[in-house]
Amino acid sequence: MSATAAVRSGAVAVPEEAHCHYVLRLADTSLVLGQRLSEWIGHAPELEEDLGLANLSLDLIGQARLLLTYAGELEGGGRDEDALAFLRDAPEFMNLTLAEQPNGDFAHTLVRQWLIDAWQLEVYTALEHSRDTRLAAIAAKALRETRYHHRFSSGWLARLGDGTAESRERTQRALDELWRFTPELFAPDEVDERMSRAGIAPALTELAPRWSARIDADLHAATLKRPATQPYPWHGKRGVHTEHLGHLLAEMQHLQRTYPGARW
Amino acid sequence: MSATASDRAGTREREVWELLAKVPDPEIPVLSIVDLGIVREVRREADGRLRVAITPTYSGCPATEVIRVMVRAALDAGGFADALLEEQLSPPWTSDWLTPAGREKLRTFGIAPPEESVARPRQLMSALAVTCPRCGSRSTERISEFGSTPCKAHYRCSACGEPFDYFKCL
Repeated sequence: MSATAAVRSGAVAVPEEAHCHYVLRLADTSLVLGQRLSEWIGHAPELEEDLGLANLSLDLIGQARLLLTYAGELEGGGRDEDALAFLRDAPEFMNLTLAEQPNGDFAHTLVRQWLIDAWQLEVYTALEHSRDTRLAAIAAKALRETRYHHRFSSGWLARLGDGTAESRERTQRALDELWRFTPELFAPDEVDERMSRAGIAPALTELAPRWSARIDADLHAATLKRPATQPYPWHGKRGVHTEHLGHLLAEMQHLQRTYPGARW
Repeated sequence: MSATASDRAGTREREVWELLAKVPDPEIPVLSIVDLGIVREVRREADGRLRVAITPTYSGCPATEVIRVMVRAALDAGGFADALLEEQLSPPWTSDWLTPAGREKLRTFGIAPPEESVARPRQLMSALAVTCPRCGSRSTERISEFGSTPCKAHYRCSACGEPFDYFKCL
């Protein structure tokens, strides 16, 4: 974050609702992606990748728990991490649309993971210096895990892209299909802008070129082609989702919805 | 505060450290939670109560909650039922918090300790030579970046042929 943003922040009161929504967006992206990855457990192409995807899932759900707990406190309505994860409906979820896309084949899962890993790397790197010390502590913790995730996903991207004719074709296809969801990653709305002005969040427009440079470097190593940028019709972080999220939530929330208050 | 009171406080803090040094990590029981760098601080508050701060290793590590319960139980059983137990996230735990004694215990147990410091992130990204904890050969290969717990990766030694766990540098 720039020094100017930090200085500017002094005078701006933090709007509680926007603050809560901002944290919920981060939380929901991690939670939904973690849930998606968990669908691979027992189904991955190799035992090592089964373990790998399960570990990524565990880290992401762990990050989501810290963020959801904090969002619940900011909201001030007494909702804890479980209430937020298991008792909200799709329109109340604020994850990036990309995170909820189905696993598809291994290439789809890896490309989705890599695009979000690269996004989280930039976001958490900036948030480590947030004026919000609680969020900065969570980001600092998540950043170390995210670096490891990106090493895994970019390594697989190179192996698949620069692999056999089939792995290359499938990976390029996954990239072409998922690329349309990427403009949402860096399209700021009023919540992002208010948080940025308050010195809590980075300006997304400043992060975009760094993400783009990393994406290009990884694509170059993988000998894959960057698709053309498309218009921006996706608003997952405003609660407008593709049909896929509802199905994911039906499975994830089944137990708490059927047996309210059930505990281990 | 008189010198004697201060000494007594210091002794109580040391007693807590010794108590916690006997609490094993649930997933790698050869290590104590002190070896792992999970116990951040034992401090005497203004009102005389002791405050114990612990930190999670990985955000999603399932052992975190078990550890919290074990620490509470150890404090209660050791005569420190009034001690406050808190979670502290910052600065984040990294494998650099592992103590030298902890590293040696890992090696003896058959888990290769982290090869370097995360304080030099450039090296974190490069491919590393990991030393086999069984035969000491540096001719080893990575099988998987992930292993049986969030903190481990999986390697194999080309010299003795044994697979082994590597404590991830993160």
